[in-house]
Amino acid sequence: MNHNSKKNLMTGSKIIIESLIKEGVDTIFGYPGGAVLNIYDELLNYKDKINHVLVRHEQGAAHAADGYARASGKVGVVLVTSGPGATNTITGIATANMDSVPMVILTGQVPTNLIGNDAFQEADTVGITRPCTKHNYLVKDIKDLAKTIKEAFYIASTGRPGPVLIDIPKDITSSVYEFDYPENVELRGYSPTYFGHHVQIFKLAAEILKAKKPLLYTGGGVISSNASNELRELAELLDLPVTSTLMGLGGFPSEHPLFFGMLGMHGSYAANMAISNADFIVAIGARFDDRVTGKVEEFGKNAKFAHIDIDPSSIGKNVKIEIPVVGDVKSVLSSLLEVLSGKSEEISSVKYERLGWLEEINAWKYEHPLNYKMGDVIKPQYVIEKIYEITNGDAIISTEVGQSQMWTAQFYRFKNPRTLLTSGGLGTMGFGFPAAIGAQIAHPGKTVFDIAGDGSIQMNIQELATAVQYNLPVKIAIINNNFLGMIRQWQELFYHKRYSFSEMNVNPDFVKLAEAYGAVGLRAKHPDEVVPVIEKAMSVKRPVIMDFVVDKEEGVYPMVAPGAPITGMLLV
Amino acid sequence: MEKTHILSILVENESGVLTRVAGLFSARGFNIDSICVAKTLDKNESKMIIATSGDAQILEQITKQLNRLVNVIKVQELNDEDSVVRQTVLIKINADETTKSDIFRIKDIFGGRVIDVARNYYTLEFTGSERKIESLIDILRPLGIKDIVKTGIVALQRVKKG
Repeated sequence: MNHNSKKNLMTGSKIIIESLIKEGVDTIFGYPGGAVLNIYDELLNYKDKINHVLVRHEQGAAHAADGYARASGKVGVVLVTSGPGATNTITGIATANMDSVPMVILTGQVPTNLIGNDAFQEADTVGITRPCTKHNYLVKDIKDLAKTIKEAFYIASTGRPGPVLIDIPKDITSSVYEFDYPENVELRGYSPTYFGHHVQIFKLAAEILKAKKPLLYTGGGVISSNASNELRELAELLDLPVTSTLMGLGGFPSEHPLFFGMLGMHGSYAANMAISNADFIVAIGARFDDRVTGKVEEFGKNAKFAHIDIDPSSIGKNVKIEIPVVGDVKSVLSSLLEVLSGKSEEISSVKYERLGWLEEINAWKYEHPLNYKMGDVIKPQYVIEKIYEITNGDAIISTEVGQSQMWTAQFYRFKNPRTLLTSGGLGTMGFGFPAAIGAQIAHPGKTVFDIAGDGSIQMNIQELATAVQYNLPVKIAIINNNFLGMIRQWQELFYHKRYSFSEMNVNPDFVKLAEAYGAVGLRAKHPDEVVPVIEKAMSVKRPVIMDFVVDKEEGVYPMVAPGAPITGMLLV
Repeated sequence: MEKTHILSILVENESGVLTRVAGLFSARGFNIDSICVAKTLDKNESKMIIATSGDAQILEQITKQLNRLVNVIKVQELNDEDSVVRQTVLIKINADETTKSDIFRIKDIFGGRVIDVARNYYTLEFTGSERKIESLIDILRPLGIKDIVKTGIVALQRVKKG
């Protein structure tokens, strides 16, 4: 018998790729370099099984894998080299970590005998990424390679998801060992709680029925646990009003009569008033971020709180919680629905008693709806409304960060989960475009837009070459006000209009820029041109940049000053 | 209310675990008053004893954040009543004719030992509670302490009585 075939000997590089295939990976975002050349050489043998997307900057690879993961629910995979390859991914890893996105990042490292030697392209990648990953590894022995990859995918995709990095020295990728992919993982210090404690769920059910003014405050956890259906069922069963964080948008249909918009710093008047007047708030997969709560002592000041979250450390971190429920949102909501299912008589009477509460919130909604004034120049909100109408709310929308992000959250009426890809926690400019590339690769048949500012788009514009190379018809809508608009807005409101370095005095001609890359460039300067430009972009099966020259002075409203109570809204 | 807490943290004995734990404390603005780490009987595990301070809410966050670390197996708070808590100190002290007898007397009262003797200097070893060590230092200070080194706190839960 052939000894080698029995023992299934492989190089480290082959073990890595075979392990990825075992994990169901078919797409990798990467950029080659010295320390990963062995892996890249092996990749050529797997062209039919693994689609490697060559980005133009490693940061782009990390954001693209992130966008791919957010849009598909699968783990995004990144492959980069040591030193600068690894450090260039840091912003992307930190972005994914803050927003709980499952990713596995494979970084090359200098050979084990050179580690610590200040070798060429050496960086302490595990040290640098420790605080911005869910977990990370340095593989020091090829024996541990397959097991480490198994653990990394398990940790990345379970519990509260997050990025896991594996640093692999070059000599490990060329040495040979038996490939035996483990079936299970054994991690003594890691076992997420999925099922909520039944006592807590009974308490929660009782309190939901007892409350006079209940409110659901939903976050990204609804989307990562695929719990949109359960959320909708719960809200409709009891006519519970719903407000969402930025990360939760799409988790509940925006056009639903029980939905009152985003809450927080740029939340709707109705949502922020509802939070402040509710007597019972159920936080579902949300984490009481400072941009949501404003002055935290005043947040939900008339309410008791329940909090459903898979991460115990999110519960009680910023706000005192009366009913904590640790568990997966989907599982907890299902159990809750089961408990409530036997109480139909009680439910119809409480629904009747709470009609006044819904009327109250609706009155706020009509009193101060989201709006803006049209003029001779293009209003940013108008562009986003038209993108919404023309795409029928079915597009995947990624955003950059700042005003364009907030207007997108306010004026694109998200219907479905995993259709808004936005850097909520870290607030990373330059995220949206590569994320859109990742989303387009995950969903080749869908319309994907990146709604950008003229500042943000320039942070990863090099990825236009990637989009052109892979023929990805991503549509970039630049809300171009020649300013870092959100910075301008804060300077206007809080710094006596001292516009310190927020004006982009020089911008490229974005139409020509698109053309230089081999993409399509379109421009709208007048409100009448907005719809034709979007329609034209929709008809082109290539990457498109739409340059919307908009009102420089427009602000995002409502706005709550940082640290103020969220009822202290500046309105339009 | 700000209060000192002692955490007993069982971790996997892997490289980088101490950095993960220490990094978590600094990144989230928690205090480490003292830290002691060593392997347990099982060579795959280490036990860390960390003394920290903060109110109940901070302690809860520290515990929860520690539990998020993949290499952390178990976190337990040890309180004074149910645990034995000890610290060791080595003190190099000026020991001339005028102070020798005082040093010996104090050493005996506190149950310490002389572990090194040189001309004009003794090195004392003493193990006890933090508070006792503080008072020992207060008493010895006027005699001329040349150098001092303390370990972190170690602590072990008592066996439940009855």
